Amino acid sequence: MNAGRSSQASHVKHRMSVERRSERELVVTRTVDAPPHIVFEAWTKAELFQRWWVPKSFGLDLLSCELDVRVGGTYRLVFRHPSAPEPMAFHGRYLDVTPPSRLVWTNEEAGGDGQVTTVTFEARGGQTHLVIHDLYPSKEALDEAMSSGSTNWNDETFDQLDEFLASA
Amino acid sequence: MNRVVQHIRTHLDASFAALSDATRRGVLEQLGCADASITDLADKFSMTLTGMKKHVGVLERAGLVTTEKVGRVRTCKLGLRRLEEEVMWIERYRQLWDARFDELDKVVEELKRKERANERRKK
Repeated sequence: MNAGRSSQASHVKHRMSVERRSERELVVTRTVDAPPHIVFEAWTKAELFQRWWVPKSFGLDLLSCELDVRVGGTYRLVFRHPSAPEPMAFHGRYLDVTPPSRLVWTNEEAGGDGQVTTVTFEARGGQTHLVIHDLYPSKEALDEAMSSGSTNWNDETFDQLDEFLASA
Repeated sequence: MNRVVQHIRTHLDASFAALSDATRRGVLEQLGCADASITDLADKFSMTLTGMKKHVGVLERAGLVTTEKVGRVRTCKLGLRRLEEEVMWIERYRQLWDARFDELDKVVEELKRKERANERRKK
């Protein structure tokens, strides 16, 4: 399982990692099989971005997607989930737009206390190493985000814990 | 589940160490049904009070159990919420990004094909 972690990845299936790096940081990494200018395009053109950011397979239904990708420009995505009666919106503002290597935006749907997302696109032998870094304003804000939608302890969660420990 | 373990291992090491012991896992399951005193637990698992105190201490330090002393009785409760929430949340978050990247790969393949076609046309 560890083989794909490093940069020798061209033949390895693109491994993803998700990590709570500190009390305030959440980091996702993944290599994509295309040079940065192409991957950057998929992140910054609304008609492309909306095809992958809100995956149908995750039960989400995208209603609209507006991206004004420039420093100070805003974005707004409206989508629906079967468990929620009202549509929900993600919105915020771009703080940095440096094609094809860096994007920074705020997340303001939770009021002023949202995380800041920094995405870097690093060229690696014809591929792109993506790092998606979310910085929360406080430990409490990240804890709070993580505790939303929680479940109670029951047989199912104990089964999952068993499975978890068996593979640890 | 392997991947999850790998990525949050450092963060949860103490919890996993605490859970590696069969008695301690039994104690957690027991506390999942009802709160219990250390004496109750020692009886249930046919252990000495001192032995059970040690196990509960390990679970407490890992944040899996909380204890409260009322009078002369120390009552133990499940303190699992934080661990469970974080594990499940990260797993859901990983699934979301997995689904996103699957779709992103398709978009990117399409863009690559278009770019190659454009280059051929220029030549």
